[in-house]
Amino acid sequence: MEKRRFTISVFSEDRIGLLHSITIIFTRRKLSIESINSSESERKGIYRYTIVFSSDYNMARNVTKQIDKLIDVLRAFLHEEEQIIHREIALYKVATSSFYNGNEVEQLLRKHSANIIRIEQDYLVIEKTGWKKETQALLKDLEPYNLLEFARSARVVVTKRWKRLHKNVLELEQEH
Amino acid sequence: METLVLKKKKNNAKTPVRLSGAEALIRCLVEEGADTLFGYPGGAIMPIYDALYDYGDRLNHILVRHEQGATHAAQGYARATGKTGICFATSGPGATNLITGIADAFLDSTPLLCITGQVISGLLGTDAFQETDVISISKPVTKWNFQITRADEIAPTMARAFYIARSGRPGPVLIDVTKDAQLEECDFVYNKCRSIRSYKPVPVIEEVKLKEAATLINQAKKPFMVFGQGILLSGAKKELKLFIEKSGIPAGATLLGLSALDSDHPLHMGMLGMHGNYAPNVKTNDCDVLIAVGMRFDDRVTGNVKSYAKNAKVIHIEIDDAEIDKIIKTDVAIHADAKEALTKLLPLIKAKTYPEWVAEFEVCKKIENEKIIRKDIYPESGKIRMGEVVNLISEITDDNAVIVSDVGQHQMVTERYYRYSTTNSNITSGGLGTMGFALPASIGAKIGQPHRQVVAIIGDGGFQMTLQELGTIFQYKIPVKIIILNNNFLGMVRQWQQMFFTKRYSFTELVNPEFSKVAESFGITSQKISEREDLKAALNEMMEHEGPYLLDIIVEKEENVFPMVPSGASVSDIRLE
Repeated sequence: MEKRRFTISVFSEDRIGLLHSITIIFTRRKLSIESINSSESERKGIYRYTIVFSSDYNMARNVTKQIDKLIDVLRAFLHEEEQIIHREIALYKVATSSFYNGNEVEQLLRKHSANIIRIEQDYLVIEKTGWKKETQALLKDLEPYNLLEFARSARVVVTKRWKRLHKNVLELEQEH
Repeated sequence: METLVLKKKKNNAKTPVRLSGAEALIRCLVEEGADTLFGYPGGAIMPIYDALYDYGDRLNHILVRHEQGATHAAQGYARATGKTGICFATSGPGATNLITGIADAFLDSTPLLCITGQVISGLLGTDAFQETDVISISKPVTKWNFQITRADEIAPTMARAFYIARSGRPGPVLIDVTKDAQLEECDFVYNKCRSIRSYKPVPVIEEVKLKEAATLINQAKKPFMVFGQGILLSGAKKELKLFIEKSGIPAGATLLGLSALDSDHPLHMGMLGMHGNYAPNVKTNDCDVLIAVGMRFDDRVTGNVKSYAKNAKVIHIEIDDAEIDKIIKTDVAIHADAKEALTKLLPLIKAKTYPEWVAEFEVCKKIENEKIIRKDIYPESGKIRMGEVVNLISEITDDNAVIVSDVGQHQMVTERYYRYSTTNSNITSGGLGTMGFALPASIGAKIGQPHRQVVAIIGDGGFQMTLQELGTIFQYKIPVKIIILNNNFLGMVRQWQQMFFTKRYSFTELVNPEFSKVAESFGITSQKISEREDLKAALNEMMEHEGPYLLDIIVEKEENVFPMVPSGASVSDIRLE
């Protein structure tokens, strides 16, 4: 079966070791996690994980069900690429000296819809939010400018059918 | 109204008692109605053992000889009673020794609660003496686990543990308790856990799926039903029988599903899978509707999935959603408890019979009977065969014993030839295939079912993996009947070597000690036989003996188990020789 990229959204209790429980479902199938993000959701005490990986559909569905089966997981949802809106954030630290001449930096930032979020004497920090190919494009353009440091986050996701996703988690709250 | 108020008052009257964490833990067991524990003490669990000392009148603790034995004994107890098996072990090696049994229980959906001691919380993560990260180690093989570091966590955690272990698809739970949490005092109140918001053990049946299933079943020309342990776990033996008899649909059992339908039922077509019966394997690929209930399409059942039941619409009734569509794509998936689903399906299906279709099974049965079964159970020459032993045991015990088998050739022969007639009777290691399972499991089974005959049937290889539990049997005078089917080989591996590795018997021959003398040194009455004419008398003597008994039976050295679906072959390519 054809491999493609999937994203799983997991809503869980705040439980030590749950990340481990989730990742072993991938590792036992020798599935590589491309990016993983975990943070508290809009509901206090409920955490939301976003996991990106590539596999065929059957494996993706089985993995999602096995995550959903974990006792401390409220719900796990499998998304195709076209079912979600997703972004990553990247930070680029560049030597301030690289930008002394002219408005190159301004043009560059405008081209990439990026912002400067910090200016120090020695360096400045640029922030860019977008898809991986977009943050990657800026990275490439910044290479000639003495890039000191670069970091990119995991994917965050909202679904196009967001109502349904919310409803499921809210229902769980009301039941108890 | 008044009763409601009264009840409420009663609840409020539950006043906390000041207890050590260790005693609180013991009290949790009492509150849950536990009566039997299997365990082995050590440094980090000593406060719990100290608290246990005062509860001897309520809790029967069996001191095993190895922690693996504790888990298997607890499994045997759980499978024989339907209750949660409980075991205790200390930290470090005590905890790691539990892992095999936990993994076995995980694959075979057996409710277990394992309590492990742990180093004091201040030492966690420091490689302290006998510290091991059992929470991480046991994660892939437990339904749930939790580390307790404060005494006040004990009661709510234990309540959750019991609830999780036995609800939905049952499974093992491990609770790791640091020594300081055992020593610390807490205000103890016990409230049973009745729900967990992130856990829905009993799915709500979709009525529309039932209707879809009924339509398929009612239109079928050649329907076939396969059932597994889910029937036994949901207590649906009666519902299964009603369904089969009304629908007229022939059925086959998985290894762990055996005993869910009486072996002599006319529509029971036998065991599925690699060493199962000829008819149910072959006919799986001929049926037009396959109804699978409470089973998970293990690869030992399906053979090559690419050619499995390809002519059939598949209906899968299963409580664990993660099992649906995992191996075999279903046409109608009913995510449900087996008993509830069968009960609700029954009025929707038509009363029918399939004489021609059933006759096809009978033809296969006849072929297997002539080519294999008759030679297995009524051999006329040569050494004793495993099949004749099991057949005689079935006769002598009126098909009514609790049969505990280990793993290997003798296990397949036992499951093929014991004619189960009651539930809680078929105790074996299915999914994990754990050699060494049977001897300790028989201990738990006998304690759980003291009034029934418990017969452990073990190979000479498996027996030597946990034979130290003879010490437990001796100490507690547990009257289990132990049969060693002794061929001086790791028989199943040897069979594969013969068939698929050009008879290169690489490290499968065993030079064994005299097992009857081993038993004797443990104070267990024993006999060794090797002649056919002694077999019946020896089995009778064993069954009539009051205490534990070990019978070492020297069997045919190079016997093969047939039929056999070779690894990777289709179930219909099952070999008769």
